Amino acid sequence: MEHTSPQQHPINLYLKIWALLFVLSTMSYLVDYFHIQGYLRWFLIIAFMLLKAGLIVAVFMHMLWERLALIYAILLPPLAVLVFAGMMAAESNHVFLTRLLYFAHPH
Amino acid sequence: MENTPHPIRAAAVEPTTPHGWQAIVADWSSDRQTFKTPWGKAMMWIFLLSDSFIFGAFLTAYMSVRIATTEAWPNPGEVFALTIAGREIPLILIAIMTFILISSSGTMAIAVHYAYRRERQKTAMLMFVTAALGACFVVMQALEWSKLISEGVRPWANPWGAPQFGSTFFMITGFHGLHVTLGVIYLSIIARRVLKGFYAQRGNYETVEIAGLYWHFVDLVWVFIFALFYLW
Repeated sequence: MEHTSPQQHPINLYLKIWALLFVLSTMSYLVDYFHIQGYLRWFLIIAFMLLKAGLIVAVFMHMLWERLALIYAILLPPLAVLVFAGMMAAESNHVFLTRLLYFAHPH
Repeated sequence: MENTPHPIRAAAVEPTTPHGWQAIVADWSSDRQTFKTPWGKAMMWIFLLSDSFIFGAFLTAYMSVRIATTEAWPNPGEVFALTIAGREIPLILIAIMTFILISSSGTMAIAVHYAYRRERQKTAMLMFVTAALGACFVVMQALEWSKLISEGVRPWANPWGAPQFGSTFFMITGFHGLHVTLGVIYLSIIARRVLKGFYAQRGNYETVEIAGLYWHFVDLVWVFIFALFYLW
């Protein structure tokens, strides 16, 4: 049976990714620390989140060196969760508006 | 009839190595092994995929109740602030927890590196360091929970606004903390086996990489929780 070769990569690579994750985490923390607001805040939070997630999956979890069959089997299904989240966002906005119409009461 | 080559035998004689999408189709078809990777690794990936659906559903639920509530959402920057030396620093405990978990992912990655070089001592030590950092994370999370509970945060109410804040907070961080706790136990068991020479005898250290996959996933989920729950 043919197997992919064991995942052996230079230790330097892991240290570099580790350092990058530290930098990205610090930057996402600074977004909150400096009270950045509005669209810039959302953009920065999402960008740093996706970069960190990508680095962890690609290098630490060795996805970069796996076969395409495994990569697509694992990385495509979570897109369904994104679709679900999109549907729920529309639904929740509807719920919010109905609550404003029928249940709004002063606190 | 006898001159035409048998189709199956002909295919067996000419081994082709397709690329790209053709490789995917070839790997998935013909009733044979799809994932040319150790069995345990493929199963761990599929487990992690199902786990990501659970966390995805939790975070979607959090998004839904946060959008739909008519009451103000408590500001996480203020809720999770700590007063250090007379100054209120937002999210500082969460930031430290984030760095601890990332560091544990780093030590785990290097442990896998040494496992494949068959260096037993270094592998086991790095895995124990990983587990210890994970334990630190859980302790800090327990501190955070007790602070919030003492301030009156409950799954059904809190002093600052939308009651859904408490329910989603305890559900999401609690489920993640459970994962970290189980990971600490899991890593400790595997590390002990590494130290005792269990995998050296077997001549196969794949189990260390598989345990590493689980641990990195726990770190990965925290990246999303940190961004979407604490920073949003």
